[in-house]
Amino acid sequence: MTEHKDQEQLQEQQAAASGEAPAAKDTTKPEAAAQGEASAEQPAEKGSAAEAKPAEAPEGGTSAAGRNEGPASSGVKAETSGRQAASGEAPASDGEKPKRLDPAEREARRAAALAAKAAAKAAAGGGDEGEGAEPAPKEPSPNQPLLDKIVALIRDQVAPDAVEDHYINEADSHLPVVVVKNEHWLKTAKLLKQSLKLDYLINLSGVDYETYMEVVYHIESFQTGEKYCLKVRTDREAPSIASVTPVWSTANWPEREVYDLLGIQFPGHPDLRRILLPDDWAGYPLRKDYEPLDPEV
Amino acid sequence: MALRTEELLLNVGPQHPSTHGVFRIVVKIDGEIIKEATPVMGYLHRGTEKLAENLNYTQIIPYTDRMDYVSAMTNNYVLVSAVEKLMQLEVPERAEFLRVIVMELQRIASHLLWWGTYLLDIGAMSPFLFAFRDREIIIELFNELCGARLTYFYMRVGGVKWDAPDGWIEKVRDFVPYMRERLKLYDDLVSGNEIFLARIKGVGRYDAQTAIDYGLSGANLRCTGVKRDLRKDHPYSVYDRFEFDVPTRTEGDCYARYLIRLEEIHESLRILEQAVEMFPEGPVMAKVPRVLRPPEGEVYSRVESPRGEIGCYVVSKGKDSPYRLKFRRPSFVNLQILPKLLVGESITNLITILGATDIVVGEVDA
Amino acid sequence: MGELLTLPLSWGSFLTFALMAIVLLLVILFMVTYAIYAERKILGYMQSRIGPNRTGKFGLLQTPADVFKLLIKEDVIPQKADRPLFKLAPIIAFVPSFVVLATIPYAENMYFANLDIGVLYYVALSGLSVIGIVLGGWASNNKYSLLGGMRSAAQLVSYAIPLVISAVGVVLMSGTMNLMGIVERQAGWFWNWNFIPQILAFIVFIISAIAELNRTPFDLPEAESELVAGYHVEYSGFRFAFFMLTEYVYMIAMSALITTLFFGGWHAPAPFLEFIPGFIWFVIKFCCVFFFIIWLRGTMPRIRIDQLMSLGWRVLLPLSLGNIFVTAIVMEIIKAING
Repeated sequence: MTEHKDQEQLQEQQAAASGEAPAAKDTTKPEAAAQGEASAEQPAEKGSAAEAKPAEAPEGGTSAAGRNEGPASSGVKAETSGRQAASGEAPASDGEKPKRLDPAEREARRAAALAAKAAAKAAAGGGDEGEGAEPAPKEPSPNQPLLDKIVALIRDQVAPDAVEDHYINEADSHLPVVVVKNEHWLKTAKLLKQSLKLDYLINLSGVDYETYMEVVYHIESFQTGEKYCLKVRTDREAPSIASVTPVWSTANWPEREVYDLLGIQFPGHPDLRRILLPDDWAGYPLRKDYEPLDPEV
Repeated sequence: MALRTEELLLNVGPQHPSTHGVFRIVVKIDGEIIKEATPVMGYLHRGTEKLAENLNYTQIIPYTDRMDYVSAMTNNYVLVSAVEKLMQLEVPERAEFLRVIVMELQRIASHLLWWGTYLLDIGAMSPFLFAFRDREIIIELFNELCGARLTYFYMRVGGVKWDAPDGWIEKVRDFVPYMRERLKLYDDLVSGNEIFLARIKGVGRYDAQTAIDYGLSGANLRCTGVKRDLRKDHPYSVYDRFEFDVPTRTEGDCYARYLIRLEEIHESLRILEQAVEMFPEGPVMAKVPRVLRPPEGEVYSRVESPRGEIGCYVVSKGKDSPYRLKFRRPSFVNLQILPKLLVGESITNLITILGATDIVVGEVDA
Repeated sequence: MGELLTLPLSWGSFLTFALMAIVLLLVILFMVTYAIYAERKILGYMQSRIGPNRTGKFGLLQTPADVFKLLIKEDVIPQKADRPLFKLAPIIAFVPSFVVLATIPYAENMYFANLDIGVLYYVALSGLSVIGIVLGGWASNNKYSLLGGMRSAAQLVSYAIPLVISAVGVVLMSGTMNLMGIVERQAGWFWNWNFIPQILAFIVFIISAIAELNRTPFDLPEAESELVAGYHVEYSGFRFAFFMLTEYVYMIAMSALITTLFFGGWHAPAPFLEFIPGFIWFVIKFCCVFFFIIWLRGTMPRIRIDQLMSLGWRVLLPLSLGNIFVTAIVMEIIKAING
C-alpha cells in the first residue's frame, strides 16, 4: 500500500498542478479541483467519481485495456479505494465487483489520465488537440445555450468587442457569466433589461482583486426565469463604472455601498455619497490595501 | 390671503422607539405632511464583510447570527450553503431536516416579533406581550437545542452542530396546534379591529412593477401580486419535499403585508408538521476536513428569510478564509423604497409604513 | 354638608371650608395613587403578566415609591426653553382638574358646591387645561413636543364640543344644569338612569370623554411610539408628576361626572336596595366606569390624527345635535300626550 500512497501523492501533485492552471476554463475546474482534493473529501470524490463513471462508461471499453498508465493508476486506485470505503460495499460483493469494475476501472483510469493530460496541455497553452476520444467531462452545460444567446446578443447589439470573457460557473448551478467591457456596460444593461426582460437585479457586489476591481451583478428575469451573472472590470487608479440606477432602481443603495467601501465611482448615479460610514471618513475600508487611520482599531 | 407655512426639519431617530434599532430618517414636514424623507443609516455598521476576510468559514458563522439577529438561523444557513455549494458537499438528511425545522421555527419567531412590535407602534400595547409569550416557547426550544436564545451559531458547513435532544421533536410537534390556537386569538383581537383597519388599509401602496424595479423581496413583493418565494421557485435544502402555499395578495398596501405575514406563520406550521413527521435518523454532520478549503471559485447562494431574499456571494481563492464575502441583505434593499413611499404621507403613516417593511437594522448596516 | 355652605362667612367657617377642601385633596391624591396602581395591575393581567408585586405587599407601595422618586429628581429645564412658561404649564394644566371636583355630588349630603350651572362649569374649566398643554408643548423648545401640543389642542377643542352637546341632551331631560338636580331626577329603578333614554348621548359622551382625557385610543398627543411622549417629553421630576396627576385626576373627575350624568349618581339600582349608603353606590358605579376606560387602553390601537378629527366633527357632532333634536321632539310628544 505504501507504493500506492507515494504514487497517490504524485497523482495528487499532478492533479493539483493541473487544477490550478486552467483558471479560466471552468468546464474542467470542478473535475480537476475535485481530483485535487481526492483523499480529503470522500463525499465530493464519491460525487465526482460517480460523475466520471457514467460519463466514461460509454467510452470504448475494449481499447481501455491497453492504455494503463502508471501515474494515473494509483490515482484511480485511490479513487476506487475511496469509492469502496465510502460505499462500504467491497466485502459484500467481492467476488463479482472486481470483474465488473475492471473494465470500468480501466475506463475511469483512462479517462482520468486523459483529463489530466488534456488539462496539462491546456496549462501549457497548447489548447485541445482533439486527441481521439475527447474526455467527456467537457459535456456541455445545460445553460450553454443561454450563455451563447446572451453573448451573441451583446456582440450584436452593443459592440463586437463588448464581451471580454464568458463562461459557465458550474459550482453555482451552471450560472452563465459574462464579463463586459467597462465602456459598453450601460448600453449592455439597458439592452438586457429590454430584450432579455432581465428586470430583477438580485445583487450587486464590488470585489477588489489586487490588480483591478470588479463589480459583479446577478440579474434575473421574473418572466423567463433566466439568471445571469455579469461582471464589469475597472482599474484601480480611478475606478469608475457606469451606474445602472437608471435601469434598475434597486441599484441605488448597493452602488453607494460599493462606493463607500471600495471607492468605485458610478457616474450617472443620482446621489453618490457614503452610506454606511460617516460622511467624513477617509479611505475605502474594503480595499485590500486599506490602512486604517487609527492603528488601534 | 394665503397662509404662509414653513417647513420643519424633523429627525426621526436614531433613538426612537419605533425605528426598530438605530436608524434615522430626516424628514421635511409641512404641518403633518412629509415633503421629503432621507434615511440615514450606518449606525450599526460593524464591518462584517471586511472582518470575514481574515476569518475562516466556521468563524464567520457567528457574525452572520448578529447581522439579522431576529432570524439568525436563516443567516447561518445562507453562508453555510454557499460554502457547501462551492465544495459540492452533500449534507446528511437528518441535518437538512433539522435545518428546515429550525428555519421555519425561526420564521415564526421573527414574524411574531414583527407582529408584536408593529402593533405596539400602532398603539395597541397588549399584543406585544402575547406575541412575546409565544415567541418565548420557540426561544426555549432553541435554547434546548443549541444553548442560545438569540444568536445560535448552530449550523456548520456540512450539517448542524448539535443533534436534537430527546423529546425535542415531540415538543416541536406539540407547538404546532398550540400556535394555531393562538393565531386564531390574534385574529380575533386585532385583524378585525376597526381602528386598526382604518390605520393600515390603503397606506403605503405600490404596484408590482415598482416592487420588481426596486428589488423588493419577501412579503414586500408578494403583497403586490408577484407570487415569488425562493423556497418554491429555487428550492434549497429539502424544501421541495414539503407541501405548502405561498400567500400572495394584490392590494400592495400595509394591510396586505400584514395579512401575508400572518398567513406565512400558518404555512410555516404546515411545513413543521410535515418535517416532524418525516424526520429521519442518521448523522447530523457530513465528513468535512478540519480546515475548510473550498476550491477556487465563486458562488451566490440565496435563501428566503422572513424579511426577503438574503444572499451570500463568496469568492474563494482556495484558502481557508474567503477572498471576498458579500451579503445581500433584504432589509437594506427593501428600505430603498421608503423615501419614495413617504412623500405626501403624514408622520403617523411614516411609522406605519416603516413597520410594515419589517426591517432589522443589524441587517441594514451589516 | 350642604348646611355648611349656608353658614355666614367667618374665620371659623372659612377654616372649616379650608379643612374640608384639604381633606378632599388628600382623598383625591390617595385615589390617584391607587388608580395608577389599579391601572398597572389590570393592564398587567390583561397582558398575561402580573403588574407590580414587589414593592410592599402585592405591590401596593409601587405608586408611592414612583412618586417619591419623581419628587427627588433633579429639576431639569432645557436651556433654550421659555422658563416662566415652562414652569407655569403644569400648574395651569393641573389646577382646573381639582377645581372641577368641587361640583360633583358624591352622596345625598356629600357635596361641596351646589352650582346651578354645574355641567357648564365642569366643561368650561376642563377646557382651561388645554392652555396648559399647549404652553407645555411650546415652552419645551422641542419640535416633538410642539407637534404633540398642537395635536392635543386640536383634539381637546374638537372633542369638547360633542361632549357639551351630548350633555345638553341630559340637561334637556332633567330640566336643570345643577348636577344635584340631575341626579335627583334619576331616582327609582335603574331604567330611570339617563343612559337608557339618552343612549345616543351616552355613547357620544363616552367617546368624547375618552378623547378629552387623552387616553387610548385617542392618546395621540402622548403617542409614545411616534412623538416619544409628545408634549411632556422635556418634563421630568415633579413637573412630570404634575402632568401625570392631571391626567389621573381628570380620569377620576370624568368617571364621577359620567356616573352623575348617566348612571344615577348615588342612587341604588332598585329602591329596596336604598338602605346601602349612596356613597357606596357612587363608588361602585364610578369604579365600573374607570375599569372600562382602563380596559380600552389595554385593547385598542391608536387612531390617527386626521381620522380623529373626522370622527369628532363629522360623526360625533352631528350625532349629538341629532340627539338634542330627537330628545326635544320626544319630550314635546310626551308632554302633549300627558297634558
